[in-house]
Amino acid sequence: MQLIITLILGFIFGLGLIISGMTNPDKVLNFLTFNKHWDGSLIIVMAVAMTIMMGAWFWLTKKGTPLFSEKLSLSDFKQVDMRLITGSVLFGLGWGLSGICPGPGLVQLVSLKTEFWLFFAAVLGGMWITKKV
Amino acid sequence: MTTEFTPLSAAIGGGLIGLACALLLIFFGKIAGISGLIKSLFNPFTKSSRWKLCFIAGLVLAGVCVQIFKPELLVGELNFPPSMIIIAGLLVGIGTSLANGCTSGHGVCGMSRFSARSWVSTCTFMAIAIITANLVG
Repeated sequence: MQLIITLILGFIFGLGLIISGMTNPDKVLNFLTFNKHWDGSLIIVMAVAMTIMMGAWFWLTKKGTPLFSEKLSLSDFKQVDMRLITGSVLFGLGWGLSGICPGPGLVQLVSLKTEFWLFFAAVLGGMWITKKV
Repeated sequence: MTTEFTPLSAAIGGGLIGLACALLLIFFGKIAGISGLIKSLFNPFTKSSRWKLCFIAGLVLAGVCVQIFKPELLVGELNFPPSMIIIAGLLVGIGTSLANGCTSGHGVCGMSRFSARSWVSTCTFMAIAIITANLVG
């Protein structure tokens, strides 16, 4: 049951990415690039999603534990370190070049366009390389 | 290519993304960080791999359904030479792996929790992406 609900939540997330237009690299690049084509849609997507998540964190803080689980699974990493900053710089470079981050990259695979498969293969390759480091 | 400013669909889409992340957190105490989910594909299959695969399957299924019933919604192309697509993809893969998060995990889920790591990460990748896009575009 938990797995079916998770699948539905993934589905909702994916629909959100598509409806918001964030699966279109041009829309993201037109947010990142300041020229006459500037498109501020991305900031609205982020702001609305973050506001809802703030409510969820507030609820969880008051309640203490999630509804159907005993514990909260958070990252083991707590410190701001060079690994975090280096990674964020590299991700920023890749995102600024392509206009695609991992979520939209995954969803765009269904368009069956070679360029998105090439991009996603490279993402997997990058993740694989860092697993060895 | 020119795109239109679409505040309404951006708000609806952002609302759905926020709803999915919020329910995953409230129901199961889990973080919807897509780069982490994708990276977990390299790990040996364990009990905790199951929900991750289900979330990924849901994401892909959303794409499939839109592609079948409303294909005009799923537009976009990467108009770059293949070498640049590979470089950008590698940078996204290496970067999100080292930073342990991307736009969803750090941007949406982490910043709303006021996590220092997520704020540093998101501000850094946003700033670098803006500089990069303006220099290249």
